[in-house]
Amino acid sequence: MEKNEILAKVQTIFRDVLDNEEIVLTDETTANDIEEWDSLSHIQLIVAIEKAFGVKFTSLEIKELGDVGDMCQCIERKLRK
Amino acid sequence: MKFKDLQRNIKQSSGLPVVRMALVGDTATQFLATAIRGMGVERGYDIELFEAEYNQVERQFLDPTSELHQFHADVIVLFQSTHKLCERHSLLSVEKQTLLADERLDFVRSICENSALFGGGGKLICCNYPEIEDTVFGSYANKVPSSFTYQVRKLNYGLMELAQKYPNMFICDLAGLQNKFGRDFMFASNVYVSTEMVLSVDSLPYVASRIMDIVCAIRGQFKKCLILDLDNTVWGGVVGDDSWENIQIGHGLGIGKAFTEFQEWIKKLKNRGIIIAVCSKNDEDKAKEPFEKNPEMVLHLDDIAVFQANWETKVDNIRTIQRILNIGFDSMVFLDDNPFERNMVRENIAGITVPELPEDPGEYLEYLYSLNLFETASYSGADKDRTKQYQIEAQRVSLAKTFTNEADFLKSLDMVSKVTGFDAFNTPRVAQLSQRSNQFNLRTVRYTEADIKAIEADKVHYAAFSFTLEDKFGDNGLICVVILEKRDAATLFVDTWFMSCRVLKRGMENFTLNTITDYARANGYKRIIGEYLPTAKNKMVEEHYPKLGFTKIEGAPTAQFELNVDSYRHRECYIQIKQEE
Repeated sequence: MEKNEILAKVQTIFRDVLDNEEIVLTDETTANDIEEWDSLSHIQLIVAIEKAFGVKFTSLEIKELGDVGDMCQCIERKLRK
Repeated sequence: MKFKDLQRNIKQSSGLPVVRMALVGDTATQFLATAIRGMGVERGYDIELFEAEYNQVERQFLDPTSELHQFHADVIVLFQSTHKLCERHSLLSVEKQTLLADERLDFVRSICENSALFGGGGKLICCNYPEIEDTVFGSYANKVPSSFTYQVRKLNYGLMELAQKYPNMFICDLAGLQNKFGRDFMFASNVYVSTEMVLSVDSLPYVASRIMDIVCAIRGQFKKCLILDLDNTVWGGVVGDDSWENIQIGHGLGIGKAFTEFQEWIKKLKNRGIIIAVCSKNDEDKAKEPFEKNPEMVLHLDDIAVFQANWETKVDNIRTIQRILNIGFDSMVFLDDNPFERNMVRENIAGITVPELPEDPGEYLEYLYSLNLFETASYSGADKDRTKQYQIEAQRVSLAKTFTNEADFLKSLDMVSKVTGFDAFNTPRVAQLSQRSNQFNLRTVRYTEADIKAIEADKVHYAAFSFTLEDKFGDNGLICVVILEKRDAATLFVDTWFMSCRVLKRGMENFTLNTITDYARANGYKRIIGEYLPTAKNKMVEEHYPKLGFTKIEGAPTAQFELNVDSYRHRECYIQIKQEE
């Protein structure tokens, strides 16, 4: 899966989980940029992404994924395996 | 139902009846709190939830000035995790490990005895402990009392014993839920490590559902009746085509075993007090043949309270069943293998539960287990006689048709009623009837066994009456309860008056009023005040007091009525007081 495809799919998940159709993600987007993205909804996002891509994040990754770019890279890496 | 849907539900909670709930846990409970509130809306309640800061279980329960004490919850959910228990276990010496379950049980016992929290009718829902198999001893743990496995199982067993002792305590069986769905579904280690939440996001709707099942049951919302299709639901094949010998049931033919086990489950529900009815598109005699002739059948005709087999629509037949049983559609479950029939019933009968049975009958049971349709908040031995009572009712209905006037019919029944207060025998039945009665219930106050005991003990403020009704066809058991509150030396207030709908139109209302006015007169009371509080289901008794000769109290904030004791004359009825043997 191409990187931009991953980003588009992640964006759809963000919009659905956070109930906000106006969210636009870039690699640099962080929790500071999106009001609804807090430590609790972070878990919901992680679980939704795990399901959508059929991957599993490690405990450490969940804690350390900083911005959307990290997230997409991490997904890409897992999909390649 | 997904967690996300529950989250969205919360926005629609306004206007629903409020239940005050508190959630006290030893791990992070924010998601569980959201799930409970969302599931509340799903069941028609606005859950006003107090969520304690996490890891304050002891303080919240033991400190009388805690937020929990000040919140005055209707229901407190205690959610202690197996993880914290495991951590505690690991810090103890072997001797102390052996006492871990006892120590936790002592704590829960002290909570149950806390009258500040539960004296006012509050309930405790205590979650039990899904097992974590730590394999420190392997299977040998079963032989080692200090092992974690041993202590968790002992604790769960001990909680069941406590729940029998304390009527206000209910257990939410998370261990059972984990048995059904598996530990890997219930628990996500990466989520736990990064958040301290011990429930996976996917398991939250199920846990919230099991908690709300109990809350609804406590509030009188539960299933009372199971309506069954026959062909390919109760047995394999079509009896009209295959005839009674060749249907699949029992060992041998086709997948008969699956249907045998399904019938065994239904029989247990029937013995527990669930009313079983049949609704089938068949010729009646053909449909009855397997019950009468096939020796492999587990269910027999006397297990079925109402048998509707004909060529009318299922919707019409279910409405007929509802009229005979006189219970709400929302307390009925309909099982049918045919998706078309299921949709017809679902679309035309609001409130009825119609599970989406799997295609393979071999999967019926495991699927139905997952729904937990028959939660209850009470159980008494009298439940198992219910089917018989409905069958007897059908006999009375046919006798009534042979009389031209009602008085002659009522006289012919030779009715007697035993009038007593609340005692050890009838207390569970009184509590149960208070939870089940929706229609003939003037104020719809729900009582637990503990409440009933407290009322019976408080003779200064209350006078309590229970009534049975027996006739030549059989004994209906406890069918009516009145609780009078002594307002002042001259005034009795009818705190509670409810009656089973099985005994409508038998003159029982008159007999009841005669009894309580006799009591009032003998004890110097001058007036009796009754109140009608409307609910979605009790319109039947809106005019109850005026019909009995009470006059409306003008200007009262609710519908209140007054009866002058001195001028009251006994109302006509054909029920005699049953003397104690």
